[in-house]
Formats: sequence, structure tokens, C-alpha cells
Amino acid sequence: MREAAIVGYVQGPQRRYAGAANESELIMPVVGEVMRQTGVTMQDIDFTCSGSCDYLQGAAFAFVEGLSALATVPPIKESHVEMDAAWALYEALLKIWTGDADVCLVYGFGKSSPGELRSVLTLQLDPYYHVPLWPDSVSMAALQARALLDSGAASERDLAEVVARSRVNALANPNAQLKGRPTVEQLLAEPAFVSPLRRHDCAPITDGASAMIVASGDAARRLCARPAWIRGIDHRMETGILGARDLTRSPSARLAAERAGVARGRVDLVELHAPFSHQEIILRRELGLANEVPVNLSGGALAANAMMVAGFDRIGYVAGCILEGKADRGVAHATSGHCLQQNLVAVLEA
Amino acid sequence: MATQPEILTKSFELGYTYTRSTGPLIGRFLTGLRERRIHGVRASDGRVIVPPAEYDPQTAAALDELVPVADTGTVTTWCWVCEPLAHHLLPHPFAFALVRLDGADVPLLHLVDAGDETAMRTGMRVRARWSDDPRGSITDIACFEPV
Amino acid sequence: MSDAREPVTGIEVPINLKYEFTAGAALARFLSSIREGRIVGQRCPGCSSVYVPPRGSCSRCGIATEEEVEVSDRGVIESFTIVHIPLPGNPVKPPFIAANILLDGTDMACLHLVSEVPTERVVVGMRVQAVWKPREEWGYTFENIAWFKPVEGA
Repeated sequence: MREAAIVGYVQGPQRRYAGAANESELIMPVVGEVMRQTGVTMQDIDFTCSGSCDYLQGAAFAFVEGLSALATVPPIKESHVEMDAAWALYEALLKIWTGDADVCLVYGFGKSSPGELRSVLTLQLDPYYHVPLWPDSVSMAALQARALLDSGAASERDLAEVVARSRVNALANPNAQLKGRPTVEQLLAEPAFVSPLRRHDCAPITDGASAMIVASGDAARRLCARPAWIRGIDHRMETGILGARDLTRSPSARLAAERAGVARGRVDLVELHAPFSHQEIILRRELGLANEVPVNLSGGALAANAMMVAGFDRIGYVAGCILEGKADRGVAHATSGHCLQQNLVAVLEA
Repeated sequence: MATQPEILTKSFELGYTYTRSTGPLIGRFLTGLRERRIHGVRASDGRVIVPPAEYDPQTAAALDELVPVADTGTVTTWCWVCEPLAHHLLPHPFAFALVRLDGADVPLLHLVDAGDETAMRTGMRVRARWSDDPRGSITDIACFEPV
Repeated sequence: MSDAREPVTGIEVPINLKYEFTAGAALARFLSSIREGRIVGQRCPGCSSVYVPPRGSCSRCGIATEEEVEVSDRGVIESFTIVHIPLPGNPVKPPFIAANILLDGTDMACLHLVSEVPTERVVVGMRVQAVWKPREEWGYTFENIAWFKPVEGA
């Protein structure tokens, strides 16, 4: 299989409300900056792929408007996934592996502020059995959190510790939306939001966009002194029948990690896409990570969670650490759907 | 750029009013609900799945053996919605829960109207509260309530 | 309990979601100007094309357009169609003329109505000018221009 590497990644500001800026105005600065940093022009790009969700802004085919941010004269080869942009990266990699492209632009964008995100995400569920009951995204996650607490695999204190560590790590991340130094006791004193989850157990609502350049072997070496090579990547999905799943486990994340080759070497850092604190505990267990491996140095999704971007950002953050020489081998994870239904794991190396 | 632009916003409501075809299996299940009867489907491993899955979660084989189950069951996990959203079906605090009905192996997602969070616990027994006007929908079960 | 009704074959699942749409920075500037009776587009720093209404970017160059340019309310019909069927939610009664109008000083046509002319006399290339609504009716909308009409004496 052809080699592929990330040669540039730019994350835009992560904010609760992006103000006047619309989606293409969020995309343009990050696409422009990643092309400037890598020296790539639109003429060099063989394939462009993006990830977003039209329901966030309430307009069918809204992703097409995002293309206003790109030079599309002459016409470009382009695709889109109605998913986290981590899966857009996967589609770009397919183009590279099959020899159809050498340099790809991948971006994700999510402006959740116009709608009520918890209800918008209900539409990901079964339309016959689930949607008429309007289970919202936080309630779905809270069902999973209760199952985990009941199983004895985690305590409410464990959840608070995940949040406290995210807030502290986010202090070093200029793009993070939530950061600070709360104590576990302070967090545990907060009231329930959707019990057993407290507000801080849930990722914030975020407007934001990110962009990446990924390239085949020779192109990557030409564009970058120290590319972040994608040595393994795999994604797996579980049944949509919620009751048929053991919500305390994530066999899809485990299998994706095995296939991506997480255990084949030392891991310098891990970024887990856990929009709810208890999901980080589930994922740590499934990926078989040693206790000393740093998890979510960026603050993770609890620090900023632009929908359809935050999983992509986990990959971007690990790639950034490798590009800057801060790490030699890292693991990134992205999730999609409710209760970790779908999971992607990538292994990146210098 | 000279000055920041004004932030111009406009409220709108997006409405999708589609009628969905149920297909044969879901149609039979919903017809049963209209008669205040709940059915599961028997999967290839013998487990009874409620609400019925059209295809086996393990083998993907089409499933069609409907099995009657009780309208009472056990809560396997739950959460307490302190502040219901506009879309929620109950205007006061309630629980979402997975309920394993008696006779079923796979729990279904529904609401539990328990009054107060202190009335909720994993393993509690609940019974369906039927809608006054069942019309062939998962909401013909208005919610569950503690036994 | 038996039920004489037909078996269930379909369900209605109405989905209604509420949104606060944001115009976007470029469009907000355009709408703020037209509220004052001025048509203001944006010029691309790369290819110098002027766009009305602006999207904040040039799709040819893929770069942000920030320089604001006030343009004329006169232009030329680039293409048009005569609409004979009523459109749901559209207050304009058929038959009416919808036209792509290239305003003087711009490089991309914008869509608007043409009126005060018999439909059989409309041609591509016809010079037209804006007919503004009374000032007291102006708001943040391109509809401050009621329609375009042929330039007299052109």
C-alpha cells in the first residue's frame, strides 16, 4: 500500500458563538493558513474532502456553501461526508492508496450555535423507534454513564478527574474553549445536569473549523521535513439497536485499535475523542493504554467540541506534535454517533 | 477591514413532515401497539429483541418471528432529565431508561415518569402507561411508570 | 381488544427544529448598506472581480474579499425567464420575469425581478434600473428594490 502522511494541520479558534461569521468564513482562514504553511496551492491539490452536518445550520446541502471558501475555478475533484471530518480524511487516504491522488485537502467545519444541538443530534437515531421519543444527545450519553457507574468500572470521582485533567491540559492550548484549574471536590459539588452527568462532564457547544493537507510518500517528503506518517487507520461501527450493545464496552474501538496497530510500538501521546467524561474511561480500557501514556494533552473534546471537527482535531493534534518534533509515535481516535457507536483509530509516526 | 459587521440573525423553523413506510415487520409491531400489545422478534441466537429488529444484529438475516412480551419490565440503565427540552414528551422532570420487558432479552429505550429522581434505581420494576389514543406509534406507550 | 382498522404501514414523524440563522460577515455588510439605499459589493484582491451580493470570498481565487465597492443600481439583463406558475410562499403573482442582472461595475450577475415592461419585450442585453420601494419601507433586504425596469430612453 502507498505511504501517506499528514504534512500540515491548522485549527481555527474554538468559540461558543462565532458571531457574524458563517460557515465558509470559518473555513477560509484555516484552509488559507494550512496552504500557506505547506506551500501548497489549489493547483497542487488532487482531491478535496470535507466533513460537516447540514442539520447543524438547518439547510439541505449546506456543505456546498462551504465550497465558497475554496478556489473552484477550474473545477476541483471534491467529496463530502456527513460525518466527522476524520472520515473525510479516511476517504482522502483511499484516494492516495489507490493512486488517484498525491496531495489532498481535508477540512471539517461545525457551527452548532444556530440550533439546539442536543435535539439536532437526535436525528442520528432510528426514526421509527427512537426519534419520536426525542432522546437528546446528553441523555443518551447519561444512559451510558449510568451503566458504567453501575458496573463498578468507574466512579463519579473518576469522571470528575477526567474533567479536571482536561481543564488543566487545556491551559496550554490557545484554541481551547474551556480551561482552568478546578479541583475534583469543586466539580463533584456541582449539581446534576442529566443525572448522573454534570454539565462539566459534557463537551461544550463549539463553533469552529480545521484543515489538513495529507500527501502520498514522495509528495509528503517534498512538502515537509518531518511528515506525520499514517502507519495504521481503521474504523468500525456497532449496531444501531441500543439495547443490544453493552454500553460499558466499545468493541468497535478495540477492534479498530487492533487493526490500526496501536500495540505495535511505544505510544508517546494519545488523543481520544470523548465528548463525555465517562467515554474517555471506556476508550482507555479498550485501547489497552498503559497508565503513564499522556491522554488528551490538548484538553480533548471536553475543552472544545466543534461538531464534525473534534474527532478530526484529535488526529490533527497528534500530527502537529509529530510535525513539531515533540513526539515520535502517537494514537488518535475519533467517534461518531451516540454512545461511541462508531470509532476510528489512527496510528501516526515520525 | 474597517469595522466589524453587524450581526444579523433571523429565526426560522425547519419542518420535515414526512410519512415513513414501516415495512412489514415494523408495521406489525406498530399495529400491535395500537392494540396495546407489545411484540419482540426472535433473533438467530434465540434472544427476543424489543422493539423488533428487521435484521439479525449478528448474522444480518431477515427476522420475522414475532413473540408477545409483557408490558412490565426491569430498568437496566437510566438517566434523570432535570430540565426537559421543548421536544421532550413530558413537561416535568423524568427519566430516559432502557427497559427489559418480561419475556424479552434486549431492552428498549423509553421514558419513565417517576415523579422524582429518588424513585429511580437500576433494577426497578416498571409498567407501560398506555396512551389514551393509540395510533400505531412507539408513543402509544406514553411512558413507563414504577410498579 | 381487537381493532378493525387497517394494519399500520406508515408513520408520521414530524420533525421541527428551531434555528437562529446568521447572515455571515460579508452578507451582513451588504444588508447593512442596502438598508441605507446603497448597493455595496466586494472586490477580490486577486482577480479584481466585484461580487454583488458578496459571499466574502472569490470562488476563482479561493481568497477572502474584503475591499468594499459601492456600485450602480443600473445594469444589463444577462438572462431571464418568465414564470407562469405560482411558487409556494412567493408573494409575487405570475406571470413575472426573473432575471440575472449584471450591475454596472460588477462581475457576477445577481437574481432579481423585472417589471414595468410587457413580457414579450424583454430581451437579453436590455438595460435596466432599480425601482426602489419608499424609503420608510427599507430593511435589511435586497427587496428594498421592488424590481428592475427598463432604462428610459436606452
